Formats: sequence, structure tokens, C-alpha cells
Amino acid sequence: MTDWLHHLMILPILLPLMVGAAMIPIDERNRMAKGVMGFVSTLALFVLSMVLMRASASTEGFLAGTSVYQLGNWPAPFGIVLVLDRLSALMLCLTSGLALAAQVYSIARWHTAGHHFHSLFQLLIAGLNGAFLTGDLFNLFVFFEIMLAASYGLLLHGSGPLRVKAGLHYVAINLAASSLFLIGVSLIYGATGTLNMADLAVELASISPENRQMVEVGAGVLGVAFLVKAGMWPLSFWLPTAYSAATPPVAAVFAVLTKVGIYVILRLSLLVFGANAGVSAGFGQTLLVVGGMLTIAFGAIGVLASQAMARLAAYSVLVSSGTLMAAIGLGHSSMIAGALFYLVSSTLTISAFFLLIELVERGRDAGADVLAVTMEAYGDADEDEEVDEAGAAIPGTMAVLGLCFCLCALLLAGLPPLSGFVAKFAILSGLFGLADPEAASAISAADWTYVTLLILSGLSAMIAMNRVGIRTFWASIENTEPRVFVIEIAPVVVLLGACIFLSLQAGPTMRYMQATADSLLDPSIYTQRVLRAPRVGGQ
Amino acid sequence: MEIILSAAIGVLTASGVYLLLRPRTYQVIIGLSLLSYAVNLFIFSMGRLRVNAPPILDPGGVGDLSRYTDPVPQALVLTAIVIGFAMTALFLVVLLASRGFTGTDHVDGREQRSD
Repeated sequence: MTDWLHHLMILPILLPLMVGAAMIPIDERNRMAKGVMGFVSTLALFVLSMVLMRASASTEGFLAGTSVYQLGNWPAPFGIVLVLDRLSALMLCLTSGLALAAQVYSIARWHTAGHHFHSLFQLLIAGLNGAFLTGDLFNLFVFFEIMLAASYGLLLHGSGPLRVKAGLHYVAINLAASSLFLIGVSLIYGATGTLNMADLAVELASISPENRQMVEVGAGVLGVAFLVKAGMWPLSFWLPTAYSAATPPVAAVFAVLTKVGIYVILRLSLLVFGANAGVSAGFGQTLLVVGGMLTIAFGAIGVLASQAMARLAAYSVLVSSGTLMAAIGLGHSSMIAGALFYLVSSTLTISAFFLLIELVERGRDAGADVLAVTMEAYGDADEDEEVDEAGAAIPGTMAVLGLCFCLCALLLAGLPPLSGFVAKFAILSGLFGLADPEAASAISAADWTYVTLLILSGLSAMIAMNRVGIRTFWASIENTEPRVFVIEIAPVVVLLGACIFLSLQAGPTMRYMQATADSLLDPSIYTQRVLRAPRVGGQ
Repeated sequence: MEIILSAAIGVLTASGVYLLLRPRTYQVIIGLSLLSYAVNLFIFSMGRLRVNAPPILDPGGVGDLSRYTDPVPQALVLTAIVIGFAMTALFLVVLLASRGFTGTDHVDGREQRSD
């Protein structure tokens, strides 16, 4: 029985992969059937990731703590392993939650704007889940490529000159970044002879100086590839255009795409270049701090400068990435838990905001034009029927939209009482060592700069959101109420509800994050588990 | 042999990067292809260069390691080639779509004004 349950670990990859593949031969006219299949699959994934998160948070029972799945039953350094621990379970949960919301939202109308939306969507989730679960560097590359290939298709979903132009830049920069990824991986393999992350961490402790240099060069090149994904300044100029050009449900899922880069950096910097790494401990931290702070500054200026709401949201993605990068780079172990809380909270907020933007702008001319163009390019005769099927328009639309917008503004700016505030407070209290008075003495200039930037970025978000909100809700020239369906506003409400839930349950959540941070800061548990995992069937 | 291989990788990378930075989409795609060739050769060379050494064991019997070359980079190269090929094809489609929408092959979708 326990053996059978062990296979649950690989399901987050297999399920969307198979559902996505099964959808391809189904005729495009059966969009609703595909939508329902996709919904069932993402719902199952969400439940599954909840189960996995509970399991990995428990101390005994199946999949407790850090668990290892050996593909093909080969032991660790030789075969590829999947590793489930608290961090990867958390990321799985976040991904499937966002995917569920975006999936429901897309069924209302956006999936009609192009072909194979639901297949690509499932493949994107498969790639994301794979990247979170894998314990092997080259396998990580493969899952990155699955994720990116699907994201290219999704970014172009809806077509139109704007999206194709953004897509062209997005594909080109990601192909170049993939080349860097491969160079980094092969350098590391050439120096250490292993691709397994846990084995690499062990090898690095006892490596000759010239090989250590090669590993560090490899890790640097590899890091650049992840930082392109995470959007560190100056590698981030593609991001605002691409994210604001994408259709809303796609942009909502893309919010977690930048977090994959953050996840890998967090994982590798603490596992491979953690406390046990000897001379290489803390490799690249200065770069992360400086780059992260510049990203916050760039993002905050971008937030202030953007006229369109979609660009504002895209720049918020940069602020969020920068905050996390600098938090990882500053290297205070007490900040990691707060950073994880911030990661979850900010991703949920930005996703909800991306979904909300299109609803708010629907009544206005600019948004309606884009929609009309895409409908013209891809529209079928049965378009109108499907829109009617999606559900009745809700009354008092503007009131609901306005309330959601306010919540987004509070969350983005990090004002109390919502989780955006709790997250920033957790980061800052970790930095100032409120929990541990002894750590408080060592606050450096970099720390003060970080605090200043974090607070200023919140201020800039508040100013920008106020301006946009007043223009949209109070001083709107056209008084047309947008037609919004229940299944479009419901995902936004649920995502924002999740943020409110995080604020109410901040205590238990922070305990989970603290335990996650503790397990990350002690990489020996991870390496022991991976390298000493028994094969199925004895031996 | 090492010099020839490293020179080849260097030339391919240099031309790839140069073309990648050019303003025409066709140049960009050729640049990306050259870059991926360079990367593939680079991965291959990370298994160390050996002449007349097969990557798989002879049938029947465990061999002497010094007679074989490292099979892992060769497997990695194979994967990288397949993925790179698929991505180039996909980029080609986007390139053609961009050409169709804008009527120009400039990467920004419009010609740069010469003022």
C-alpha cells in the first residue's frame, strides 16, 4: 500500500502531460469538452498537491519530510530522481491553485481566441511541476524546455501584431538563455562528473581548486539563465512587454513562471552553495543583492511610469522578483521564511490582478478593441452561443470590481491588514532579528538599502494604483458597465480570498514556512535522503 | 585536436552572438542555430576528447574503463540537439507570423528611421 502511494509523487507531472496530449486530437469545436477535461485535471492536481503538502509537512506516515522517487528504480547519482520536500510541495500547490483559477477564467471566453489553448496549458503545468520536483540538473533543463515551449504557444494565443512581436522577443531571449543553461550544466558536469543536485553538493565540499573554479564558472553561467527567467535587471527588458501582451489567463499563470527562476536559485544556492560548501559558501550572493535591489528600483519606477494597467502589473512582477532575489542574496537565514511567505502572497496577488485588469478594461475602448481584433481573426460562427452559455452577467459589476481592485492595491502596496503587509513584515522582522535579539547587531548598509527600497516600492505601488483606480472607477469618461460573467470574477475573488486566508492564518502559514526554511538551511537532510534512498524491492 | 575543437566552438559562438544581435529576424534565427551548434560541441567536449573509444561496453564482459569514453555527455548532446531543433522550428513559425503581420523582417516589426 505504501509503495503504491509513493507513486503519487510523479502524478503532478504525468497527469497534465497525459491530459494535454489526449486533448490534441479532439476537434477544436469541442472547446467546452476540452475546457472541462482541463478543469478536472487541474482540480485533481490541486487536491493532489494539497495532499502532498500535508504529507511532506508531517513527520511520519507516507511521503513524510523529504521523499525521493527513483525513476526506473536506479539509485541516486546514476539515475534521475524526483524529490518532494516542503518547498517543492509548496510550489506545486501554488502553481496548481493559480492554474485552476486561470483555467476557470479562460473557459468564459478567452480559450476561443486561438487553437489548442487547453493542451498547451496542461503542458505548461507539467513542465512547471517537473521543474519543481526534479533533483537532477539536466532533467531540470528538459522540464524548463517543456515549460518554455508551452509558454511560447500560450503567449501567442490570441495572435495579433502586438503579441507576435512580444512573442518573437520572448522566444529569442529564452533560446539564448537555454544555451547558457546548457553551457552551465555541462561545465558543472565536466568538473564534478555528476548532474545530481544532492551529489553535487557533496562533491563540492571535497573538490580540487581548479575544478572548483570551473564549477563556480558553470554555476555563474547557469545562474544567468535563471536570472533571465526571474527577470533580474538588466536581463528583464523583455518581461513587461511580454506579460502585458499576453491574454489575461496566460499572464496570470506567467506570474508563477518568474518564480521558477527564483525557486531554482533558492534551491541551488542553499543546497550547493550553502553552509557546507566550504570555500564556495555564499557564492554569487553579492550579485543577487545588487541585482535584486536594482530590479526593485527599476520595477518601482516602471510601476510609477506605466499608464496601462497591464504594464503596471508586469512591473509589479519585477518588484516581487527583485524583493525575493535580494532577500535570498542578503543571506540572513531568518529572512528565508518571510521571503517564502512573500513569494506565495505576491504571486497570488499579481495573478488576481492580471485577471482583474481585463474585466475592468472591458467596458473601455482600448481593451474592447484588442478583443474585437482577436475575435475577428479567430472567430467562429458559434462564438455568441458559447459566450451566452458561460453564465449570467452579475449585477453591481462595478462595485465588485472596485472592491477587488482595492484589495489588489492593498496587497501590492503591502498595507495592513492583508497578507502583503504580513509578508513584508515577516521579511523585515527576520532582517532586524526581532525573533532573535543576538542577530540584530549585524545590520549592514546593504540591509538598510534593502529596507528602504522595500518600503519605497510599496509606496510607488500605492501611488500608481491610486492613480489608475481613480481614473478607472471615479473619473471614467464612458459610463458603460462592462459585461462580466460570474465564472470570470469568481477566480479573482478566490485568489484574493486566498490572500485574505493567508492573512488570517498567518501564524500557521509562517510556521510551515519556517519549517521549510529550516529544512532548506540544513542541506544535509536533503543530500542524505537522496543519496541513501533504498531501491524498491530491497537492496 | 583540442585546438581545432575549441577554435570551432569559439568561431561558432562568436558568429552566433554577432548574428543574434543583428536587426533582421533571419539573421537572429541563423545566429541562434550557430549558437546551439557551438553549445552542442561544448557539451560533447565536456566528456573529454578520446579517439577510438566507444561510449558503450562491448557485449559480454565488463570492460576496462580506460578503453571507453564517457557516455553521459553524448546522451545529453542528443537531447539538446532534439530540443534545439524543435525550438528553432517554432521560432521560424513566429518569425513568419511577424513578417506576415508587419510586412518587414525587422525584429521590432518596423524599420528604424534614419534620423
